[in-house]
Amino acid sequence: MGYDLSMRLWRGDAEGGGLEDFTVEVSEGEVVLDAIHRVQATQAGDLAVRWNCKAGKCGSCSAEINGRPRLLCMTRLNDFEETDTITVTPLRAFPVIRDLVTDVSYNYEKAREVPAFAPTPPDADGKRRMMQVDVERGQEFRKCIECFLCQDTCHVIRDHEENKPAFAGPRFFLRYAELDMHPLDTNDRRKLAQDAAGIGMCNITKCCTEVCPEGIKITDNAIIPMKERVVDRSFDPLVWLGSKIRRRDPSDERTEVV
Amino acid sequence: MATGVEDPSRAQVGTKTLRQDRWWLYPLQIGIILAFFVVYATVRIFMRDYYWADAEHYLTPLYSPCLSDSCVPGSAHLGTPLPELPFFIPLPFITFFVLAGFRGTCYYYRKAGYRSFFLAPAACAVPEPHKTYTGESKFPLNTLNYHRYFFYGALLFVLLNVYDGLLAFQGPDGGFGMGLGTLIMWVNIAMLFAYTLSCHACRHIVGGRLRSFSQHPMRYRYWTWVSRLNAKHGTYAMISLFTVILTDAYIMSVSAGWFDDPRFF
Repeated sequence: MGYDLSMRLWRGDAEGGGLEDFTVEVSEGEVVLDAIHRVQATQAGDLAVRWNCKAGKCGSCSAEINGRPRLLCMTRLNDFEETDTITVTPLRAFPVIRDLVTDVSYNYEKAREVPAFAPTPPDADGKRRMMQVDVERGQEFRKCIECFLCQDTCHVIRDHEENKPAFAGPRFFLRYAELDMHPLDTNDRRKLAQDAAGIGMCNITKCCTEVCPEGIKITDNAIIPMKERVVDRSFDPLVWLGSKIRRRDPSDERTEVV
Repeated sequence: MATGVEDPSRAQVGTKTLRQDRWWLYPLQIGIILAFFVVYATVRIFMRDYYWADAEHYLTPLYSPCLSDSCVPGSAHLGTPLPELPFFIPLPFITFFVLAGFRGTCYYYRKAGYRSFFLAPAACAVPEPHKTYTGESKFPLNTLNYHRYFFYGALLFVLLNVYDGLLAFQGPDGGFGMGLGTLIMWVNIAMLFAYTLSCHACRHIVGGRLRSFSQHPMRYRYWTWVSRLNAKHGTYAMISLFTVILTDAYIMSVSAGWFDDPRFF
């Protein structure tokens, strides 16, 4: 059963813009991206929208639907009443390029600041080995599709443009945590996470976890463990003393990157 | 110059948020609950009365342990190493410092407090009112990083609550007995254990700080247990808040004679 859906889509560019009203026929089982594609096909051929897989796996179609950061392709129309007006804007933490497309290059700049995986030398047979239990620990983090919804909703940069140079954001704390928990990595990134990545600015209000379309527990499993690792290094005199006396902290054997 | 969502480089939507749901309800509810607890606990620790039910041997968790010469007879289970305290120093000031510190630096309560009291942010994708923001990177908020020390202290105080709970099995005649208050105290102890052991700092200490689980199988096992509890840390935080209030209010009622403690045996 089809019905006419009322939509408000943000149209414009860096010079300015605003919300425009559209009414478009939609069908049962469709998602917001389907409706936008129909607007594009029938009423606004020059409407810019970034998308790719339409399966919630490429992370391209991130936008804000009724003020909430979501994937356009994973937001079903039957989540709303047929009489509701659905408002779609581009991500509001990043510079707009045109219509629903934003410039997310901030995230790629931050990705370049994370030192790459630096593995230990291989075993005598030329292979490196990890036990399954250690492999599993990082699997959750590798589900990230880099949609940057967590970055978009994080108030540290969303509400404070001036914090962008000093703050990496939840997606990259995920990366810091993944590498810091890796038994074969030789880098110690704790100081870097504290200083250059600004993990201390995160006040763990869990918005990143709320919006993650992959259901990654970003705050509980990545940010807080990483904060605790920073505490080990910089705020806990007992851990510091223990590492000096018995050198049992495995991170002692790693190279601190700053 | 406008910043945040009104920064000139970003899409100019004309309103700070387009959220249509009742996003303000959660921070309002949690804020009211936390404010009530703060007021209740403050009144109770300065009250200096009705914290020990002598016949039933119930000591409220807010006054455990009572260490001053000002404590009523029978309530000082660990003796009285402290002298009499003036009225402006609460009898359980050490307990209050450790337990308020544990909850105040707890990751769950930090989230709740930032959302409800500092509006930083009140809800996701709702702009915060602050002009600048440095989070927990500068003094005084960087002291929240000492949460693990409060965790060690809180664990000790839960063990003291266990001792109080064992003493509450003493009946009015001095023999073995159990009343409704004993049951309430043990429910509270169970919830305090659940809250304390599900703490993120505990999770880190028992095994989270390791880089290789496979080399430490026992600590990995502890970590999986704490992780299971940790998934409901916020729930335990709120439930234990209510059980502490309920236990204290019950013991206050029994101690003041407003209510007779039903005895099971």
